[in-house]
Amino acid sequence: MTTVTHPPARATTTPTRRRARPRSGQGTYWLYLVPGAVLFIGVIVVPFFMNLYYSMTRWPGIGEPRWIGFDNYTRLFADDTFWLSFRNSVAMIVAMVVVPTLVGLLLAAVLFDYLGKRFDGRVASGLRATYYLPQILPVAVAGILWGWVLNPQTGALNVILRNLGLESWALNWLGDTGTALPTVMLVMIWVQVGYPVVIFMAALQRVDPELYEAAELDGAGWFRRFRAITLPQIKPETFVVTLTCTIAALKVFGPIYVLTKGGPENSTNVPSYFAYQNFFPKSQVGYGAAIAMVLTVIVIIVSIIFMRVQAASERKEGI
Amino acid sequence: MSTDLAVADRVGPARGGRTGGATAPHERLRRGPGRWLVLTAAVLLAVAMMVPFAIMLLNAFKSPTDYSTNGPLSLPTSLYTDGLVNFWNRVDYPGKLVNSIVISGSVAFLATVVSLLNAYALGIGRIKGRLWIVMLFLLANMLPQEALIYPLYYLAKQTGLYNTQLSVIIIFTVIQSAFGTYLLASVFSTFPPSVLEAAALDGASRWQVLWRVVFPISRPTLAVLVIFFFIWTWNEFFIPLVMLIDNATQTIPVAIASLQGDRLMDAPTINAGSLISLLPAVIFFLIFQRTLTRGITAGAVK
Repeated sequence: MTTVTHPPARATTTPTRRRARPRSGQGTYWLYLVPGAVLFIGVIVVPFFMNLYYSMTRWPGIGEPRWIGFDNYTRLFADDTFWLSFRNSVAMIVAMVVVPTLVGLLLAAVLFDYLGKRFDGRVASGLRATYYLPQILPVAVAGILWGWVLNPQTGALNVILRNLGLESWALNWLGDTGTALPTVMLVMIWVQVGYPVVIFMAALQRVDPELYEAAELDGAGWFRRFRAITLPQIKPETFVVTLTCTIAALKVFGPIYVLTKGGPENSTNVPSYFAYQNFFPKSQVGYGAAIAMVLTVIVIIVSIIFMRVQAASERKEGI
Repeated sequence: MSTDLAVADRVGPARGGRTGGATAPHERLRRGPGRWLVLTAAVLLAVAMMVPFAIMLLNAFKSPTDYSTNGPLSLPTSLYTDGLVNFWNRVDYPGKLVNSIVISGSVAFLATVVSLLNAYALGIGRIKGRLWIVMLFLLANMLPQEALIYPLYYLAKQTGLYNTQLSVIIIFTVIQSAFGTYLLASVFSTFPPSVLEAAALDGASRWQVLWRVVFPISRPTLAVLVIFFFIWTWNEFFIPLVMLIDNATQTIPVAIASLQGDRLMDAPTINAGSLISLLPAVIFFLIFQRTLTRGITAGAVK
């Protein structure tokens, strides 16, 4: 948090540095970019354009790809599973962005502003670490743990429900088209909620306490201060959290692979898993590549919109 | 959640009415029963989040018969370690652990070096078009891995790198260093110029400035990157799943996912397996908690 960028500060230091820097041999700095650039071109740029090419071919992965132009894309837009997978992306955004950000904001405010001031500092940081714990687990490990908890026959949840006499509540959580998506969403909320808590708590630390003291003297209650000071002050972090989580939600793969494999009846399928299915089990590389390209375009559009909105709000506040 | 807020809101005005906010605020705040209610709510939520871990721990040392007769909530009747042994042997846990360490360790080191070199050129060298280059790196970091995976899979097969740890190491070195470059370049753009001038006056070359001046000063940031890259790579799933099909090369996440739907896996084995699979991540987190928190937040505001 000590590294927050303050554009005005930077603008004043830049000219001095430029003047002081010796101008001779400026070109040699390029050399330091060579290893990174070569790797970058080999692993990102070339594969990306290869994928773009594949998306316009019919290719089972062996033999020669056959050029078919935009056929994969027209086929995609008529494919119900494709649209379903994007509807599920919206559900993932709710579970990975909307709910965690709102809950995380309140938790961070309560931990930092309320509990942190009334109890030993270790109470707040201990709770923060606990909320964050699911975030550090490999998703496959979290998935296999939840897969067992939610198993219809031997899973802990249903065994507990049956022991409590709630036999009718013991559902096939991940195996039923009606419950699979909400269940996956709950698991994702569990995974995600700690991330905004950590970021927002750090953000709160850099807010000037005098603002709160002044508001308090003016008789503003906790909620008023939260709305008038906390929310506007931590706006930059809110942008970052919502942007990174939205991208993560659009790209989500591991939890789907481990928990449901997109099933039942595609009710939990998402674009990245749908692409994977076409690449490997179905050997429809061209079609998979087209799905991946559409997903890429959406991710880029979302990122650009976020950055535009962020820049606009910073201009408005005259930062 | 709504209860937390309601309580907090009720307590708020009660305090707001008092004057003299500067005099011993902590003494003042440490009174009142409301704080215990909020604490209880926060702790209850934390406990609820820990329930999956708690029942995992409870069932990792139960025998299958114990589990089927007494259910998941009872204490184990005896200490049963066969689940642990089964899992350990079935997935060759030590082998997978070594694979994960080799891959994540190499990526953490290499990606940090690449990030440092890139950021030196972009942040300190301020070469032309640096904004575009940084944007390009950032874009690559946001790119869905699905848009790269098939070509990478195909290229790896062509070059004989398929199913080798080297393929995964190279790929993640690039992906992680894309983020590292972005972060470090903006840190370096505020590097104190007087330090660089002094080094230049002493006749230091670019290479010497990098290793004798920039590197030592930025060591704390680099340490954060190393830890981050290590954990991110450790937890990666998609690319290792595609690239590492062989038992001898797989990482822990891929190995445990491949056990899924294995009918031989009884509840204690699943639990014991989950337990020892998440231990490395938890231990790492406990050791580096402070650095990580600092790093997440540094990344957030860049």
